[in-house]
Amino acid sequence: MTEFLPLAEAIRREVHPGCSLAAEGFTHLIPHAAGAEIIRQNLRHLKLIRMTPDIIFDQMIGMGCADAVVFSWGGNPGVGSLFRLRDAWEKGVPHPVAFEEHAHAAMAAAWAAGAAGMPCAVFKGYRGTDYPEVNPNIRSVTCPFSGEELTAVPALRPDVAVIHAQRADRRGNVWLTGILGVQKEAVLAAARSIVTVEEIVDSVDESRGGRVIPHWAVDVVCEAPLGAFPSYAEGYYDRSNRFYQRWGEVSRDYDGFRAWIERYVLASDDFLHLLAMLKEDGYL
Amino acid sequence: MAISERGYQPEEMMVVAAARLLAPDDVVFIGIGLPSKAANLARRSHAPGLAMIYESGTLDTRPTVLPLSIGDPELSRTARAVVSVPEMFAYWLQGGRIRTGFLGAAQIDRFANLNSTVIGDYRRPKVRLPGAGGAPEIAGFCHRTLVLLRQSPKTFVPELDFVTTVGSSCRGRSRRELGLPGRGPQAVITDLGILEPDAAGGELVLTQLHPGVAVEEAVAATGWPLRVAAELARTAEPTAAELEILRALAPSQESNIADRIPAPGRPRS
Repeated sequence: MTEFLPLAEAIRREVHPGCSLAAEGFTHLIPHAAGAEIIRQNLRHLKLIRMTPDIIFDQMIGMGCADAVVFSWGGNPGVGSLFRLRDAWEKGVPHPVAFEEHAHAAMAAAWAAGAAGMPCAVFKGYRGTDYPEVNPNIRSVTCPFSGEELTAVPALRPDVAVIHAQRADRRGNVWLTGILGVQKEAVLAAARSIVTVEEIVDSVDESRGGRVIPHWAVDVVCEAPLGAFPSYAEGYYDRSNRFYQRWGEVSRDYDGFRAWIERYVLASDDFLHLLAMLKEDGYL
Repeated sequence: MAISERGYQPEEMMVVAAARLLAPDDVVFIGIGLPSKAANLARRSHAPGLAMIYESGTLDTRPTVLPLSIGDPELSRTARAVVSVPEMFAYWLQGGRIRTGFLGAAQIDRFANLNSTVIGDYRRPKVRLPGAGGAPEIAGFCHRTLVLLRQSPKTFVPELDFVTTVGSSCRGRSRRELGLPGRGPQAVITDLGILEPDAAGGELVLTQLHPGVAVEEAVAATGWPLRVAAELARTAEPTAAELEILRALAPSQESNIADRIPAPGRPRS
């Protein structure tokens, strides 16, 4: 049965030091409220998994939450660099991180394989590129029918997946619409799942569009309004392009970044409190 | 006469020249930045039927504003269909449904191989770039690729620091040998002109110069001995209509989220 918990309690119960944690959402519905809570609880030694690390992982990497990161595009979308990811890679700041780098096609296939209970994903990616030389998890298999050489990467099977969605109903059925990313795959591939939602409603189905993840495939639901900021929740609020642009300045050097996290993330009680502080200081 | 004295910027010439290369009924997989600008210009000018696809899973999207990211709300709201990212890459891209891939990069070599991963050594790079994203498979499986990047000895290099994306051939192996079905890069559009692969080996040859650009400038801006076509074409200047459309491409609106945040201390409901 799906449990309804306050976000802080869900993170405390489900996310443990040393576990592998996916936080998906492809530009849309990025579970930032959960990310902030993980930083607040000072969870360490995580293996973080996400196609586009985005600001959510940039913050966690900068705060030393990650021992390892699996990703397939590590920029600030539409802006430029993720400076905390870059500093971890280029200078080992705040500590060295074991990065496993992929391309989108590989991670998307690895998510689908994880959801399907497969040990690996087979596809036609990476041909001719340097990636197989730097990532030992990129291997090849021969098709037993055609003899064609195909690329294989391990399926993604994290301990915990966190996603954000627009709605859940009172039983825990989750409804999302707009850009779907790999949300459903991440939930189905993970041993445990936490879904944060904009609001809890009486019931959801697909009769007015969108996609439903049934309650019996979801472990924990947390109400977290505005919880995708600075990304967005289609039908609720838009992406804060301004914040993505400002993040470049905020995160450029480690000390400035650290002061910002202390001032907003660590000093806030929860995500709405954090957003209220950001609003007061002109970030929105 | 310097190009900026002609009433437009070199970047505008580059985007206009790239837009013109899209067919009226093209199906194009679009990277963010200049390729997105060019595709949006094309759809508003000679290619109203252009099928625009972004890797976030938006098929046949018709944004009214210029998206800042590949996953902007504008893209899903104006799309004919939105598919998951695994479906995007498996069915639509790897399945061979997309005609043109439109890419940028940090470095390019003479066979139009691209680097968007690192400058310097992979483990100890001078600059860690964002990485592959969709690029390797976009260039692998679209029927053709167009590449947009500014031309300089820093970007047009004799040897890539890292091969993120394969062009016409890579380290002596052809696309066919590597199992890449598409025809590969068919044009590299820069701020100086256009380079195209030669029919024999796929090496990039300068075939076209933008107005006011001398051959010597293009040669000097290339980190390898650039081959120049016997007959060089000259790009037609951007028309007033093209410039007007391009300059009217407004970025996405700022988020409305600020209005929804409860004031501190007030009860949340």
